[in-house]
Amino acid sequence: MASAPSAPATAPSLLDTLFQLSLDDLVKSLRADPSAAGESAAIVRALSVVHREIRAPEAATKAAALQKLTYLSSLYFAPVASHPLAFPAIELLASPHLPHKRLAYLAASLSLHPSSLSLLPLATHQLHKDLSPSTSSAVSHHVCALALHLLASPAAAAAPDLAVHLAHDLVPHLSRGSPRAIAAAVRVMAACPSGAVPLLFKPLAACLASPDPRASTAAAAAFCELSAPPADPAPFLPLAPDLYNLLTTSRSNWALIKVLKVFARLAPLESRLAARIVDPVCQLLSSSSAMSLTIECIHTVLTALPAHAAAVALAIGKVKEFLGSSDDPNLRYLGLLALGMLSPAYVSTVNESHDVIVLSLGDPDSNIRREALHLTMGMVDDNNVQDIAGMLASHAARSDPEFANEILGAVLAACGRNVYELVSDFDWYVLLLADIAKSLHCAQGDEIGRQLVDVGLRVKDARPELVQSARTLLIDPALLGNQLISPVLSSAAWVCGEYINFVKDPVELVEALLQPRTGLLPMSVRAVYIQAVLKVITFCCNLYCERLNDSNKELDLVFDESAIDQTAVRSSETEIRPGEDEILMASTTEKDPFSQKSIVYMISLIEATIGPLVECKEVEVLERAHNLMGFLHLLREIQELKDMKVGDHTKHNRVKELVKNMQTIFSQELSPVSVNALKKVSPPEDLVLNENLAELADVVSEDDTTPSTSIFLSCRGSHSAETEDESATSVGSSSLLSEHRKRHEIFYLPTGKAEEDANNYPCANDPLLSADNRIATEDKSEAVQLVSDWKKIKSTRSRPKVVKLDGEDFLSSMMANANIAKENSLSCTVRGVLMGRDAKPLSSPKVSDRTTGGMPKNMDSGESSSQRVENIDDGIGSHSRTSKPQNNEKEKSAIPLESDGKEARKHRTSGRSGHRQGKQKNRERPSTQPNVVPQAPLIQDFLL
Amino acid sequence: MIQAVMVISTQGKPRLLKFYNFQPPEKHQELVRGVFQLLSARPENVSNFVEADAIFGPGAKLVYKHLATLYFVFIFDSSENELAMLDLVQVFVETLDRCFKNVCELDIVFNFNKLHTILDEMILGGQVIETSSEQIVKSVEEIARLEKQSSTASIIPKSISDRFSR
Repeated sequence: MASAPSAPATAPSLLDTLFQLSLDDLVKSLRADPSAAGESAAIVRALSVVHREIRAPEAATKAAALQKLTYLSSLYFAPVASHPLAFPAIELLASPHLPHKRLAYLAASLSLHPSSLSLLPLATHQLHKDLSPSTSSAVSHHVCALALHLLASPAAAAAPDLAVHLAHDLVPHLSRGSPRAIAAAVRVMAACPSGAVPLLFKPLAACLASPDPRASTAAAAAFCELSAPPADPAPFLPLAPDLYNLLTTSRSNWALIKVLKVFARLAPLESRLAARIVDPVCQLLSSSSAMSLTIECIHTVLTALPAHAAAVALAIGKVKEFLGSSDDPNLRYLGLLALGMLSPAYVSTVNESHDVIVLSLGDPDSNIRREALHLTMGMVDDNNVQDIAGMLASHAARSDPEFANEILGAVLAACGRNVYELVSDFDWYVLLLADIAKSLHCAQGDEIGRQLVDVGLRVKDARPELVQSARTLLIDPALLGNQLISPVLSSAAWVCGEYINFVKDPVELVEALLQPRTGLLPMSVRAVYIQAVLKVITFCCNLYCERLNDSNKELDLVFDESAIDQTAVRSSETEIRPGEDEILMASTTEKDPFSQKSIVYMISLIEATIGPLVECKEVEVLERAHNLMGFLHLLREIQELKDMKVGDHTKHNRVKELVKNMQTIFSQELSPVSVNALKKVSPPEDLVLNENLAELADVVSEDDTTPSTSIFLSCRGSHSAETEDESATSVGSSSLLSEHRKRHEIFYLPTGKAEEDANNYPCANDPLLSADNRIATEDKSEAVQLVSDWKKIKSTRSRPKVVKLDGEDFLSSMMANANIAKENSLSCTVRGVLMGRDAKPLSSPKVSDRTTGGMPKNMDSGESSSQRVENIDDGIGSHSRTSKPQNNEKEKSAIPLESDGKEARKHRTSGRSGHRQGKQKNRERPSTQPNVVPQAPLIQDFLL
Repeated sequence: MIQAVMVISTQGKPRLLKFYNFQPPEKHQELVRGVFQLLSARPENVSNFVEADAIFGPGAKLVYKHLATLYFVFIFDSSENELAMLDLVQVFVETLDRCFKNVCELDIVFNFNKLHTILDEMILGGQVIETSSEQIVKSVEEIARLEKQSSTASIIPKSISDRFSR
């Protein structure tokens, strides 16, 4: 048989034509070697041949090549260069030979591409010729169908010019009621509304009343498509009488479905319409045997006629039939979908089907399961939230991983919605969170972690139970290997550290936080663990010191002095730490964990575990480890406290003071921050908005956030305990920051000393991360200094370098926190507050701009809607009064109105884009002339 | 409207692709793969509808039939009724069966043009224009007759194998 023509002829010849492979041959060669490599080799071979053949002068060769190319590009995704297909296709459109013409049309409609659209005008004339009804022969009819297909192809939709030029040619076909022409008209009108709608709308509307059921069905489908969202259905209201007529007389289910869809869109716009259609819809609903029509009626009733109770009851009855059809999953699925469409007023109906829904949660079909879950979540209210959430959680344990996570995600979202508005029993909820975290396939770690912290911050009363739940999570070594829930463990560690006063056994907690398998945790989580350990040990030591004081007061007068000192300190600090007494009360009842023995045990355990981390590569862990080890170094003294009672008082006092101060830092309450907190910060009176900003333009444009970041970093240095959540971002921005600082030194506060220190310090790990490391090394150097020179303790505690960076701002921002405060991570608070103050000049013009921009828009739409209502009243009024609009006079009166409506719509959109431009202008303007909020252009637009 | 029609083999190979909304050609393969993954993960005897928002954009739904070694897939939006689309898939399959006399995958592989002819008789620009399988078969046969008439004028045979087999 034939072998592949391998002769690499330079020009296509007759030989090529004679020995050309047909499409069948190509298919066979592709199937000869089904392996991927063999196939792609065959494609490459075929393509090279095709590219040569397609330039052949003979139409037959060209057509066969085009056919092969179409096949390869359509089914084998052959990379057809930009337009080798387009040109021959268009060339062959003119072929008198029908099979060639068909091939060309197929190729053109399948693979024309917007990038080859420049060629499409070449086809315009040919299309025009093929569309014109010259003869009524079968061939010309068929050719015409081909042309309509091309006209409706996606490529033509991207070429509005083509649509405009050929819209005229569609009109005679439309008046004949050809379903093809009607379908093509939809695409043409969508492609170029301004050009095609005035021409085609009227003949298309006439098709609705056509006696030919094929024409009226196609027209109903056409209007269904044209009125689909995102289009505005309002302009189609004048068609209501014709559609109604179709609804009552048509016997075609296809037509009825489309008419119902259009009515479902129109009915909300015109109240009288709903009353008119409710009877025929109910009749169809009860009489039709076609499920497709039934479900469409149900949709229409539930979405468009919710006020008609009898109709809704009928629809619900049908829905229940669907739900009960055990043999057809399609009907069950659609029934569940329909239930989901029920308005909240009928929530009791959904509840009636509770059993079916719960049963559907275990369906093998993931669609049905998902819809059932959706419905279940819709049933949740504050009375049944515990039952449903519990049921779902247990269901998740039995489901496949993907669906289990969908369930858990839905439960978390529902319970967390609107700041836990459904949850009344937080002890239960905290337990549920812990249970969910422990369930097998849980991948919702981030959300659970977030909620654990969030509940801790927001719900004071839940804290004891929260700490208990966190403890059960932390002490379970099996959870540590599961990367999915490490965010949960991170939050649990944070919760235990933050609310340490509720922890019953701190020693056990420290053991849990330092257990060997913590090595499996991600570094960011380890950092949190270490920080939690620091909080625990601080708390324990502080209590130990307090107790020591108390006992010493009674037993020994030696410590009198220190005791007085202590109380003085405490009284000065009472306003910052109101929880102090409470802590004392809680702890004195349990003596064990705060004995010297257990503290020494904890310290040695920490040193053994954390010690190696001092050389960790991860800066966050490194930093925390250094902090902790430095602190422990100081605490070493505590061991001697008891032994040498007559020792150096000042030394002991220093230790106690240190512990107490650390405790002060940690014991301050963190509050959640409202999302709107930033807006509530009013700018200082003497601050002139937008002044001097032009000078800063080049700084701001590079990175608006840097100024605030620098402040934020400095706070963190002295306050690292509470900013742990922010650590990740700070690492990223620190290198940027240092670079920025280098370039714009003048805008920074002097920090010479800090940087010198950093440079002098010998073991900085990574010069690139200088800013972050600087803080780490500062801490380290501080620790070293503290050991060597006790006199500096006080000064290091207040972190003089930090104070230099930001002056008194540190303290005042802390106070501001307490006042404004409403978000979960403190760092956000800090940044929010600081940015609220510093970035106000930047943000406020935008805010004002938004409001001024928004108002005219609203008014604009208001105006247009009133205009629309007028149109409707005219259209519907004239029709519904005469009710049966068979005469064409009415049709004529309706259509100009309709096109008016279209025009109005176009105007509206152009007006809107005008606004947008105006808005952009506004946004730019404040930077140059900020004092005048430009109203003038907006008003002009509005008047348009 | 109907956004796309696909016939995909159970091996994941496309046998017929027709998009009624413009999709860039370089995305076609990805779409086919996405649909195939979606369908091949579904067990037998479950509902024929799948939400396809992730692949075809918001509101897109997909109805499919798994017959022998082929998936017949129609993708549509909110303007179409689900069960009507399921019927349409049935009409399409029936028509193929009539046109090819017990259709199998090979018929579909080797009749690229005819398949498109059949589909074009049923759907134009995403709108359903004919739902009667009988009518479609009639039109397709008519087209074949017209083509035959026209091709008697052709001098050069379409392929060598044709020539040799004469």
